[in-house]
Amino acid sequence: MIETLLDILSWILLLSGSFFCLTGALGLLRFPDFFTRTHATGITDTMGAGLILIGLMLQASNWIVFAKLIIITLFSFMAATTACHAMSKAAIKSGLKPQIKDHPGRDSEEQPSKL
Amino acid sequence: MNILGLYNYWIVVILMLIGFYIVIAHENLVKKLVGLAIFQTSVFFLYISMGKITGATAPILDKQWQLYSNPLPHVLILTAIVVGIATTALGLSLVVRIQEAYGSIEENDIQIQDTQDQFECQLEAYGVQEKLTTFDQDLDE
Amino acid sequence: MGDLFAVVMLSGIYSLLSAALFLDLHAVDVAFTEASVGAGISTLLFLATLKLVPRYDKKSRYKPTLATGALLIYGTLDMPHFGKADAPVHEHVAPRYLNESMEEIGVPNVVTSVLASYRGFDTLGETLVIFTAGIGVMSLLRISRQAKEESKSKTPADMQQQVILRVVAKMMIPLILIFALYVQFHGDYGPGGGFQAGVIFAAGIILYTMLFGLSTAQKIFNRKVLELFTAIGVFLYASVGFACLFMGGNFLDYSVLRHDPVHGQHLGILLVELGVGITVASVMMTIFFKFTWRTVKHKYNQ
Repeated sequence: MIETLLDILSWILLLSGSFFCLTGALGLLRFPDFFTRTHATGITDTMGAGLILIGLMLQASNWIVFAKLIIITLFSFMAATTACHAMSKAAIKSGLKPQIKDHPGRDSEEQPSKL
Repeated sequence: MNILGLYNYWIVVILMLIGFYIVIAHENLVKKLVGLAIFQTSVFFLYISMGKITGATAPILDKQWQLYSNPLPHVLILTAIVVGIATTALGLSLVVRIQEAYGSIEENDIQIQDTQDQFECQLEAYGVQEKLTTFDQDLDE
Repeated sequence: MGDLFAVVMLSGIYSLLSAALFLDLHAVDVAFTEASVGAGISTLLFLATLKLVPRYDKKSRYKPTLATGALLIYGTLDMPHFGKADAPVHEHVAPRYLNESMEEIGVPNVVTSVLASYRGFDTLGETLVIFTAGIGVMSLLRISRQAKEESKSKTPADMQQQVILRVVAKMMIPLILIFALYVQFHGDYGPGGGFQAGVIFAAGIILYTMLFGLSTAQKIFNRKVLELFTAIGVFLYASVGFACLFMGGNFLDYSVLRHDPVHGQHLGILLVELGVGITVASVMMTIFFKFTWRTVKHKYNQ
């Protein structure tokens, strides 16, 4: 009984993790701006990989594998988000500006980033 | 004879040719090193795919498994990967030195400068001209 | 592709993908090494070079491709099929290693036992190759004494503003170094061993160097001491071999090291992998420091 419950739960988690990975990849290809694209990669690494790893945690056979997966998830969260932050900061430092929608009455002198 | 079972070797051949083409076609030295790395990886695939057995597992002894993939290619390729990175590191430091000495890492520019230097050294050796300070040589050879 | 930065990034992605493919081909040790070395250190060295050479290359004329592909494919027609268990490569030596490894050496990871014990001489040569590469880079990218004294006072502190990166790095670097030690000593029971551990250790220290400056890192890892350590690893490996000679066995025959052959093998493999790990870590760190020093020198000469 509890095994079926664990199986169903890990199915749901794995499928939603894959969905986030797919949407992250789609965003990487189709978003217009550099900064939105780094957001998409951040989604892939945190939500996608995180949910998949939690789904795998429920299927772990012994405690050692479970603990290792927890450590991997934490490490992956830290490293991925910091990498996205580093990329965005490097872009801002090199002069890339985010593409902002023009409202009426606002200076539209900023060059949209076409990277 | 069923040829379709050989698809791993074809992948290896395609990767090998891609790496080889990069080495001979591009002039930039860094791109040549990247092509060399692709060539090396294709050779790794050749050995490792020869060692795989369908239905087996990784060669770490465990009570549940009876059939293991061949560990011998893994050992050879482990050595090969490390030797590859050593070669790449040396190659990159050579590229850095070439950039400092010649001012560019395009093969054509380096060859032109080398030919010019050779020509001038020969002229000096035959005593035809004094040591030149300008690079206004016509290469009508 | 005119942008070398994109080329280097793509080659890093290619290395990572090939590591995943190695995993699918049941080669766990090789996947580990390819991921850490190819996608880690190799990309890092290429990027360090890109700081010193122009980033864009000129358009090149394309030369016609060769027809060697057809010949190569014709040559593969005689090869055994993919995944067959009765291919010639699986006879003679490999079953002996797989069957006898547990009794003779007592180590579950057969790749480690073959690498460190059955084929230990090859691994000694490999360590020497890494050592030679370190020496080569040291001699090519020399630091003159003038440059050393000039830039003692100037330290590039670009990264002082990066608070988030520094804090996260301070949290992660101890974990990375502990993981490197775990991989080093757990190589007997799972994928791992000296090479991967050395590369991961070097990667942790390189992260520290990138964020806190070269001079801070060199206060911790003195240049001379690091160069000494590259030699100590190889020396350790060779001296284990000679110790086996003195104890009455062959060169690198670990069975004579202790009272019991299996324990002797364990001790031998432990010491040998430690030597390899020390050499690999110091060589990778030295190479990175030399490249970084070159960029510092360029910056202050312009």
